[in-house]
Amino acid sequence: MVDPLLAIEALTKRFGGVVASDAISLALMPGELHAVIGPNGAGKSTMIGQLTGEIGSDHGRIRFGGRDITKLPVYRRSWLGLARSFQITSLFSDFTALDNVALAVQAHSGHSFRFWRAARGEAALREPARTALDRVGLADRADTRVAALSHGECRQLEIAMALATRPRLLLLDEPMAGMGPEDSARLVATLRALKGSLTILLIEHDMDAVFALADRVSVLVFGRIIASGDPAEIRADAAVRQAYLGDGEGWEHG
Amino acid sequence: MKHLLECWRGSGLNPRRAVNAVVLAGLALMPVYAALTGDAFLMTLLTRVVILALAALSLNLIMGFGGMVSFGHAAYLGIGGYAVGILAKEGIGSGFVQWPVAIGASAVYALAVGALSLRTRGVYFIMITLAFAQMIYYVAIGLDRYGGDDGLTIYRRSQFGGFVDLDNKVLFYYLCLALLLAGIYLVWRLVNSRFGFVIRGARSNERRMRAIGFPTFRYKLVCFVIAGAMCGLAGALLANHTNFISPAMMHWTRSGDLMIMAVLGGMQAMFGPLIGAMTFLLLEEQLSRVTEYPNLVLGPLLLFVAIYVNGGIDGLLGGGRRG
Amino acid sequence: MLYFIEQFLNGIQLGMLLFLLAAGLTLIFGIMDLVNLAHGSLYMIGAYFAASFAQLTDSFVLGAILAVLATFAVGIVLEVVAIRRLYARSHLDHVLGTFGLLLFFNELVRLIWGPAGMTLSLPSEMLNAVEILPGLFYPVYRLVIIGVTLAVAGLLYGLVMGTRLGMLIRAGASNREMVGALGVNIKVLYTLIFGLGAALAGFAGLMQAPILTVQIGMGENILIAAFVVVTIGGIGSIRGAFVAALLVGLVDTVGRAFVPDLLRVYLSASASASLGRSLSSMMIYLVMALVLIVRPEGLFPAASK
Repeated sequence: MVDPLLAIEALTKRFGGVVASDAISLALMPGELHAVIGPNGAGKSTMIGQLTGEIGSDHGRIRFGGRDITKLPVYRRSWLGLARSFQITSLFSDFTALDNVALAVQAHSGHSFRFWRAARGEAALREPARTALDRVGLADRADTRVAALSHGECRQLEIAMALATRPRLLLLDEPMAGMGPEDSARLVATLRALKGSLTILLIEHDMDAVFALADRVSVLVFGRIIASGDPAEIRADAAVRQAYLGDGEGWEHG
Repeated sequence: MKHLLECWRGSGLNPRRAVNAVVLAGLALMPVYAALTGDAFLMTLLTRVVILALAALSLNLIMGFGGMVSFGHAAYLGIGGYAVGILAKEGIGSGFVQWPVAIGASAVYALAVGALSLRTRGVYFIMITLAFAQMIYYVAIGLDRYGGDDGLTIYRRSQFGGFVDLDNKVLFYYLCLALLLAGIYLVWRLVNSRFGFVIRGARSNERRMRAIGFPTFRYKLVCFVIAGAMCGLAGALLANHTNFISPAMMHWTRSGDLMIMAVLGGMQAMFGPLIGAMTFLLLEEQLSRVTEYPNLVLGPLLLFVAIYVNGGIDGLLGGGRRG
Repeated sequence: MLYFIEQFLNGIQLGMLLFLLAAGLTLIFGIMDLVNLAHGSLYMIGAYFAASFAQLTDSFVLGAILAVLATFAVGIVLEVVAIRRLYARSHLDHVLGTFGLLLFFNELVRLIWGPAGMTLSLPSEMLNAVEILPGLFYPVYRLVIIGVTLAVAGLLYGLVMGTRLGMLIRAGASNREMVGALGVNIKVLYTLIFGLGAALAGFAGLMQAPILTVQIGMGENILIAAFVVVTIGGIGSIRGAFVAALLVGLVDTVGRAFVPDLLRVYLSASASASLGRSLSSMMIYLVMALVLIVRPEGLFPAASK
């Protein structure tokens, strides 16, 4: 029996009287792609924040690779191999695509109290960055400033930056949001290529993408996991249909 | 010198390079001109320009590249200056002691202020740095032994045991200029190093920097301390230049002057603080020659720059972006 | 004990003046997100106006009323001509631009009123001291300051909490977009708020004027104290400004009065006088540092923007 890479136990967060995360428990096996879906306001962002450490938790525990990370600061979780992409594109727009990814590499190659040598000349940073760009199909855009990239390319770049930190777990926060069908298809292909070599927690609205990619799916509603299972089980689950249809958001529209 | 040329060549488009070249050549040759014409005042003025440019450069490191809008930078000028003045008064005239103390004391103060103020954001950061500087200002006023409100005359410039005679005005000028150019080179290396990338990344998106694994606070703090130390050196130079220290040199409006120099020159340009300091001080000087009320012109001019000009003089020269 | 009560009253009086300055600053910060270094200039201008108008009309009260109106007008003009063009710029540009305004106003005052400074004399009935407690005489004018500023603070509270304008101000301090969505003419609202802030600053300046002299740059150091108040209180919060202004006023005054005495227990007279002066003028900044360590957004942080 393999231990889960990420084990969330009874994770809870209240904002005033509102319970944003209500005793969430989840386990991700190594190499699995686990999708979390849920209507707007279900608490997906809060959960991501708790996992990355930007939001503290009132109760519960997060274990990652067998280690309790519930109280660790954001950057330490990153060092342990927990990477995320952002929902709102939040790259460094003054830098080139390659600079951005190289910065992510730099974050994981020792401290940065190195004051003299030009960072752009360091092969140790640039080469892994190029590799990561290549993995998401952006190699030819390496020297383009981020401000000049398209929306879809920025999302690819987000993933490249996450990959560059050599993560064990990738948290993807609605990577498809705001994308046209072509860009989405490209991203699905990228993720499919990554699948298996990485453990991925995918938070996503795009149901087609979720059911095309996920090994397991959990459904989050009002801060609670109401169902968890393989895609077929989730599709058939009455409570899930109820929650979604009640919200006026059918699978078909997803 | 080769590196210096490189850093200025690498920094962009032609009009800017031309201006940088003219400014540098002018600064290098000015003592010759002053000697020929016997214009001692020009020498004094430009020494001041060069010293304050070093202070503005250090401010620009944290403000322009690190996004830390510190409104208390004149405090370091004061601390550096008082280190020299107090030691001189107590009979320790050696520059080998005075200057390291000036730099060290500024660094320690920067460490304390930075550790407290870097926890805050935005306007709070501006306000807290301003308030701490004002605190130091009042401390200086309370130093009765060192002249209190009236300040203190320094009767002997820092002694360097025969190596450099600071009383030689030309020599002192060239020393200041050399230190400024060394400072520009240092900042250029710094902002392009790994450390510099972290600082600039934190300016652009700190949350993201933490998410990819940077403990940004400690890098910003170190940057803050480096800038403070550099400005402390400028303070030591300033005290030697004027032979005088007083609380007025760290009044909050002096911090405002330094910000103006940095913004005016263009914060993304290596030579921006120098160009800014030069423009500001020469403009001030020229205006007060033609009118009794120079600030009636200077004030609205600053307002105009704040409203309509992006990237300061460097922006006007087509500087624009740079990686 | 009587001495303590006297110092306590002085602290309240300073605090109330700081509140007048800080109230405008915190509104302008909170609603327009503008760093305004020229706020101290309006304080100075109010004092100069009052001195001139009091001379012209031969009446302190009339002069004061005219001065407040005139400073309000200056604020309105300033907003329309210059300040509103700064809103869309960065904080750094605010600092640069309003610093330019500060230089401009200092020079303008020198041009109009000359470099010498002025005095604003009080009517004779305010010059006396009254016995407020057995054995404790307190200057009438300082009591007037406390009373009048409290009344103004009350009016301001009524304005902010009880009127439609106040509702918009509160909404603006916590959520700028929302006010726009309500279909309010935001430009006019901003102009009015800036004018109100200017009038309050001018009022503070003229109230302080009879105690100190009216001179160029008089608003520069008290501006920083007002910033400290705004920062401690939480940017955008009138209530925070009120509490923080009293705190700062009391800490500063009581500190100055008693720290040197306390030190005298341990140190020589001259050393304690010197150190005491330094220490007591540092106190408000130490209080601010302390507050920001515990609460980085001040005591009463305005609702998130």
